[in-house]
Amino acid sequence: MIKHMFPSSLAMLGMVSTLALAAETPASLMTQYAQKAGVPVSALSAQRGAALYRTEHAGRDGQPVSCASCHTASPQQAGRTRVGKRIEPLAPLANPQRFTDAAKVEKWFRRNCMDVLQRECSAQEKGDFIAWLSQLK
Amino acid sequence: MNYLMRGIGVLATVGTISLLAFSLPSGEAHGDGGDDALPQLTHKNWQQECASCHLAYSPALLPKASWRRVMGGLDQHFGENASLDPVTQADILRFLETHAADSGNSAIGSKVMRRQGVDKAGANEAPLRITETRWFVNKHDEVPRAAWSRKAVGSAANCAACHRQAEQGLFNEHDVRIPK
Ligand code: HEC
Ligand code: HEC
Ligand code: HEC
Repeated sequence: MIKHMFPSSLAMLGMVSTLALAAETPASLMTQYAQKAGVPVSALSAQRGAALYRTEHAGRDGQPVSCASCHTASPQQAGRTRVGKRIEPLAPLANPQRFTDAAKVEKWFRRNCMDVLQRECSAQEKGDFIAWLSQLK
Repeated sequence: MNYLMRGIGVLATVGTISLLAFSLPSGEAHGDGGDDALPQLTHKNWQQECASCHLAYSPALLPKASWRRVMGGLDQHFGENASLDPVTQADILRFLETHAADSGNSAIGSKVMRRQGVDKAGANEAPLRITETRWFVNKHDEVPRAAWSRKAVGSAANCAACHRQAEQGLFNEHDVRIPK
């Protein structure tokens, strides 16, 4: 029975830690990324963030890919994964859950930057990206 | 624990809802008795991490060896980066192995294994895809070939395109509709 209970207690621990991590806001994440990049928050650029989102790169199969491939031309709209599952909008105004969980944000930057750019994004690029998304109305 | 779970597996094949199943804590199988019913499973990390790009595929549809291959290559997962931190990865693999087709924990899993014919020479013992298993091919032999590549489907892995209740783990024939 102990073995049976174990996964559920782990799950509860997980919930507690997610709550603790979920205390971020787009603004607090921008501050953290700017700090990591060694620049003031005012040096983050929405324009560079938009370019990061739209610039197309050669994908693994030769097809051009960009962040917009899955998140669509407008980050205020829902996107689609390659398998066809809905992705909720990235822009915080359209989806208040975005950029509130540092671990989740880091996980998806790592994965998606590797897929699209074939490298990790820098702290400055991540800050630019959030700066652009958070001023979309 | 395996004796208890196997007992439930047997009851499930007979087609009865076992009261015992309801007394199991979350994280374990609740066989609902249907012939091809998938066990209804809950596991926080699996549901959170394996359902953002597609639905959380049932562990009962692939053998343990397959899940070890899938979980060992998440940084190059079917052309996408699905990497996880090592602790979460190990936790999910443990869950997948516990409920894998060859775990003896579900009737449908045993069917997948029988079809796969792993005891025969030349059988693929660790397919990377559910859609490559003989069980899957056999279940879908009446689906017209063109249907798989329709825009609204896109991929055989997009179970929910045709199985309207797939997100809830329900795949029975009443809920199937191939989009035009
Ligand atoms: C192959 C499809 C795909 C591509 C291409 C893609 N993403 Fe994503 N992205 C996703 C999915 C799926 C999620 C998770 C959706 C969810 O949990 O709601 C996600 C989530 C994110 C998140 C998490 C935000 C949050 O707080 O929840 C960030 C940040 C992100 N993507 C950035 C990017 C960037 C930057 C690029 C381009 C370099 C990019 N994405 C390209 C599929 C993609
Ligand atoms: C970043 C997105 C992403 C995440 C996260 C992800 N997958 Fe996948 N998965 C894919 C893609 C893309 C495919 C290929 C689908 C196709 O060929 O149409 C796939 C396919 C699969 C398949 C094969 C489906 C078939 O064709 O039978 C399995 C099994 C699978 N994933 C398991 C998992 C597991 C387990 C996890 C959680 C640890 C996971 N996936 C997380 C993107 C993802
Ligand atoms: C193109 C549409 C389509 C897709 C995509 C699809 N299926 Fe099916 N599936 C069907 C049809 C049609 C049947 C046959 C229903 C019947 O028995 O008449 C079926 C049957 C099944 C059955 C047997 C149901 C029963 O009661 O006999 C299972 C289980 C199943 N599919 C699972 C899956 C899984 C898991 C996936 C994704 C990995 C998937 N299917 C993807 C169309 C699809």
